Amino acid sequence: MTVGLFIPCYVDQFYPNAAIATLELLEKAGVNVVYPVRQTCCGQPMANSGFEHLTKDCNELFVQNFAQFDYIVSPSGSCVLHVKDHLHSDTHEDQAQAIRGKVYELVEFLTDVVKVEKLTARFPHKVGLHQSCHGQRGLGLAQMSELVAPAFSKPEKLLSMVQDLELIPLSRKDECCGFGGTFCVAEEAVSVKMGKDRVADHLQHEAEFITGADMSCLMHMEGILRRQKSKVKVMHIAEILNAQEG
Amino acid sequence: MSVEGHTKDHAALADDFNQDEPRVNWHDETLWFIREKRDRAAFAIPDWEMLRETASQIKFHTLSNLSQYLEQFEANAQANGIIVHWAADAEEHNQIVHSILQKHGVTQMVKSKSMLTEECHLNDYLEQQGIEVIDSDLGERIVQLAKEPPSHIVLPCIHLKKEEIGDIFHQHLGTEAGMSDPQILTETARQHLRETFLTRKAALTGVNFAIAETGEFVVCTNEGNADMGAHLADIHIASMGIEKLIPRRSDLGVFLRLLTRSATGQPITTYSSHFKKPRPGHDVHVVLVDNGRSVQLGREDFRNSLKCIRCGACMNTCPVYRRSGGHSYQSAVAGPIGSILAPNLDMKKHADLPFASTLCGSCSNVCPVKIDIHNQLYKWRQVIVKEGYADPKKTLGMKAMNMVLSSPQTFKLSGKAGRWFMKTVPFLVSNKMNPWYKQREMPQPPKESFGEWYRRNRKSNE
Repeated sequence: MTVGLFIPCYVDQFYPNAAIATLELLEKAGVNVVYPVRQTCCGQPMANSGFEHLTKDCNELFVQNFAQFDYIVSPSGSCVLHVKDHLHSDTHEDQAQAIRGKVYELVEFLTDVVKVEKLTARFPHKVGLHQSCHGQRGLGLAQMSELVAPAFSKPEKLLSMVQDLELIPLSRKDECCGFGGTFCVAEEAVSVKMGKDRVADHLQHEAEFITGADMSCLMHMEGILRRQKSKVKVMHIAEILNAQEG
Repeated sequence: MSVEGHTKDHAALADDFNQDEPRVNWHDETLWFIREKRDRAAFAIPDWEMLRETASQIKFHTLSNLSQYLEQFEANAQANGIIVHWAADAEEHNQIVHSILQKHGVTQMVKSKSMLTEECHLNDYLEQQGIEVIDSDLGERIVQLAKEPPSHIVLPCIHLKKEEIGDIFHQHLGTEAGMSDPQILTETARQHLRETFLTRKAALTGVNFAIAETGEFVVCTNEGNADMGAHLADIHIASMGIEKLIPRRSDLGVFLRLLTRSATGQPITTYSSHFKKPRPGHDVHVVLVDNGRSVQLGREDFRNSLKCIRCGACMNTCPVYRRSGGHSYQSAVAGPIGSILAPNLDMKKHADLPFASTLCGSCSNVCPVKIDIHNQLYKWRQVIVKEGYADPKKTLGMKAMNMVLSSPQTFKLSGKAGRWFMKTVPFLVSNKMNPWYKQREMPQPPKESFGEWYRRNRKSNE
């Protein structure tokens, strides 16, 4: 099995540790991983702003980079959802369609494809899990609080395999953090207020770390935490699942 | 984004709303409390999801055969003695209502809750014609006295605190200054409205459901104000959007079970009143209003928005609505559902609304008729940009962003030239200041990108 590693543009530029942890986790699971170095972006920032018609070149590039792999895995629920819902190609639609069916967010790849049952990680801290909306409601990584349906959570399942990790409860377990792509600057006031409220929920429940499967939400909450001079850190779930503390 | 006809867009009004953070907290918590009540009511019904699916399919079927059901409803209503009118748009609706009142020499009318009449701006129109309208729904009456539009379709004055309502009552209804006891205020409104009910010859109500097979219509209220108005007046006018139809009486139970549980967490409204035929000597009029609905029906991507039964659940759950307030939407129907309905009525004026969302999807999950609201928001964004209603600066920014992202060579150079990504995003909106940095720290650029690390630590496959 060969996996194409899809690292979102902002993760590549700002959060290389999340990408490195993703790569190492997959390698530890016995997967052959290749990172196509010509990749850039899935086109979501343009598409969510109403400019999906501009994303053709990004789409073609994505197809060229990833069509050859058995699976495509990415540490970002949001980018994966965008590819699943909106990747098309004028020249190779069959390949685009195949990619839409074999692109996975890291957590669901580990639980559903690799079927990981144990990890060797240790992370002796209180951790709050932020459910990103695109991961949760879009990809179905966990049950949604609005639906009358049995509970499950793929990220919680993996976090429960990490030694000495204490998962804290939240008052609003799946409220949006307000990042929302260009919403974060176009609707600055509401975006920040949503982020402050989400962070406050984690702080009230004494989280030392806020984690999640989407670095973009975490980047937004990190910006707020650091402005508040909080000691609480954000960390991508891959880094925690790959942690070897103490 | 500048919006024609409005001096400020949603983002600017939301910014104003957020100047008073404790008030935002109060507004958010008040509506979240209702979302939680909705959850408890929904979770008490094991087949809730099947009920939603059934309602969604009944509405889909009805919308797919709308002309047939409208004609069936008209024929059956007429056979019952109801006078049926057809209004192509808001203006015609208002003229029809006015002509009915004129014919009977009526200059004062009592009106129960009708979002359609808000959409048509009926009160303003009738006022200009010298007709006084008194809203009899308590929340509607409060905002009417305050000379404000409703901020929520089910809870019209949810943006007001009880102390502020006390001030409004003191000014208009003569209660003691500083009195904010809800019991006393409600009793004052009750006495004031009772006088109105007893003296009005004409009453207008909305319609929650119209049943094609029987020609009857159903009005749901908690206060009984629709019944008080309609039963005491000689003329009952019922205004309804053409999407309010359901085929059979036996379909009604599906919707009544969903409506109030979704809206407020109650099992059912206190009153679910059926109106079928006029009493002798009385007139019942139904005005069937299109006002853009048939256009929306023709938009394949947005057709399902007409399934809406106006429960307001999407507003209560929306993290943006809760933190920006209903008035920031500048539309009779605010929140997520308003943001997919309003652009159909006036795309230019409401071009800001589909962008007033993070696309989190909670709205679609609480919707009792399973409208894919967040997907429609995404699709409206594409339409609005293509129709040319996007800010030209934003268009330029997007084109620049696309140029970089579609070329691996340029992307790498840009990355090395200073972590291009975060510099580019704020540029899209404003180059005078950086909206990210106003209340958030910037991410700290690492020593090297993942791409650079990979080339050093793993074999290159270039």
